[in-house]
Amino acid sequence: MYGNDFAPLLEQVDSAERDLQQAAGRDVAAGADLQGYFDTIVAADQKIEPRDWMPEAYRKTLIRQIAQHAHSEIIGMQPEGNWISRAPSLKRKAILLAKVQDEAGHGLYLYAAAETLGISRDELVEMLIDGRQKYSSIFNYPTLTWADVGAIGWLVDGAAIVNQVPLCRCSYGPYARAMIRVCKEESFHQRQGFEILHTLSHGTPEQKAMAQDAVDRWWYPSLAMFGPPDGDSTHSERSMAWKIKRFTNDELRQRFVDMCVQQAGILDLRIPDPDLRWDEARGQHDYTQPDYDELMRVIKGDGPCNQERMEHRRRAHSDGAWVRAAARTYAEKRAKNAV
Amino acid sequence: MSHVGYVLGLADDALVAAQRLGEWCSRAPEMEEDIALANIALDQLGVARMLLTYAGELEGAGRTEDDLAYLRSAHEFRNVRLVELDNGDFAVTMAKLLFLSVYQRLLYDRSIGVGDERVAAVAAKARKESAYHVDHSSRWVVRLGDGTEESNERMQAAVDLVWPYTDQLFEVDPDVHALSVAGVIVDPSTLRPAWLAAVDAVLAEATLTRPLDSDSSVVRRGEHTEALAKLLAEMQVLHRAHPGARW
Ligand SMILES: [Fe+2]
Ligand SMILES: [Fe+2]
Repeated sequence: MYGNDFAPLLEQVDSAERDLQQAAGRDVAAGADLQGYFDTIVAADQKIEPRDWMPEAYRKTLIRQIAQHAHSEIIGMQPEGNWISRAPSLKRKAILLAKVQDEAGHGLYLYAAAETLGISRDELVEMLIDGRQKYSSIFNYPTLTWADVGAIGWLVDGAAIVNQVPLCRCSYGPYARAMIRVCKEESFHQRQGFEILHTLSHGTPEQKAMAQDAVDRWWYPSLAMFGPPDGDSTHSERSMAWKIKRFTNDELRQRFVDMCVQQAGILDLRIPDPDLRWDEARGQHDYTQPDYDELMRVIKGDGPCNQERMEHRRRAHSDGAWVRAAARTYAEKRAKNAV
Repeated sequence: MSHVGYVLGLADDALVAAQRLGEWCSRAPEMEEDIALANIALDQLGVARMLLTYAGELEGAGRTEDDLAYLRSAHEFRNVRLVELDNGDFAVTMAKLLFLSVYQRLLYDRSIGVGDERVAAVAAKARKESAYHVDHSSRWVVRLGDGTEESNERMQAAVDLVWPYTDQLFEVDPDVHALSVAGVIVDPSTLRPAWLAAVDAVLAEATLTRPLDSDSSVVRRGEHTEALAKLLAEMQVLHRAHPGARW
């Protein structure tokens, strides 16, 4: 509508979906050589399915990555959920409620994908709650004003799309299928964020200042969402070989910056980077890297909202324990009576 | 209560219910329930928006849905006190939702053929959503009532707490009665027997006891608990801080 679309990227979701359907008719013969068979499937861009043999490290990597992704969707409900009660118009309230509800749905698809690898959702939730597994550190930043809801949609959902579109071609079938569903909804999230910022930026001076302040605060944490620079990324190479990952952190970060620059112009908002400029020779923008020491501190638990986010999740989980117990007991009574 | 007041009453019930249900977001006992409660909040909000827009038109003073939602004070709200009560624990929320949604389903069902075509159109859409709200809350009330000892106690306490506020749903109002005789709208006081029968059936299956009716006089719409002003202070704060701004 404002030319902000991630449309070219999202077309890749559709083509990944078509390829995935074709890959279902698999023409590689299984033999006694399990590792060889696995390698052949991956090399042929076909999908590993839950019934297939897979290296233990592949399974573990996927569980860690999918779980972290699922946890991020669930924790990510908090910063935006924070503004549902105060949304400034009924239309915005409805859009935001629907968006946060989608994120819960994404969490569910992803937990279901992780369960195909032989771990239960309950176990994963336990690991989130006791801190053994992580979620995206972006959600450890606070939403201080309404404009933060716009900035999250534009930048955080935008970065998520850039990260996730290639995952629609991931070698593990259930993850690829979950990502196709998720990406289709993310485009709506990104657009609503863009619209919020666009309206604020073209509104009163206070609204415009609010929008700029939000972009100033969310820009670098959003760049950090792509992870450490390629040289420092621990699991990258193996994940690329397994075709879990298709592009490096730095490649994706660059793609994101290039897309945002053009959109910031339409928004009439400034990206807070004095060194941001078009590099004719590279055909890409030069930009300032985020503070990776800060990223590491936030990942380790020392961000502005780590405590609050975890505390909130733990409280919801423990407050709901009696309800879940009642549902279980009721179902057991029913099953007994049915016998 | 005038015709506008009647429409505002239906709208405000839905709006305040949506606001309370939205508070659950990211706090529900299960992830599936986060989704379900957000869904129901969205349904209520959708109805509220259509009816507020209509009430603004009926009033004829040029007020929009947002003017009515954000720029009225507590004493101008026409919702029943039931919907403004704090969420409490999950049992209180389910008791509130059961009592409200059974009432709304009956009201919408019977409003489909009324003379007020706008209300009839909203009702035709909302009745299907209401049927789902009734189903969802009934299942939980039964599960909790007939679940563990703790859940049974909590569910009974919730029903006892919320029950006295249900009277107000069936308030008898002479203006509304006159409009209903003319076939324009449904008189909510006529819904009570069907409402009681439906609620009784759920409570019985849930092994819960229906509280005795109090003999206190019925509170009129427009009279509120302390909770509403706080709810509105939060809901309206941003909108009111930027008079005339677009969002
Ligand atoms: Fe998501
Ligand atoms: Fe999203």
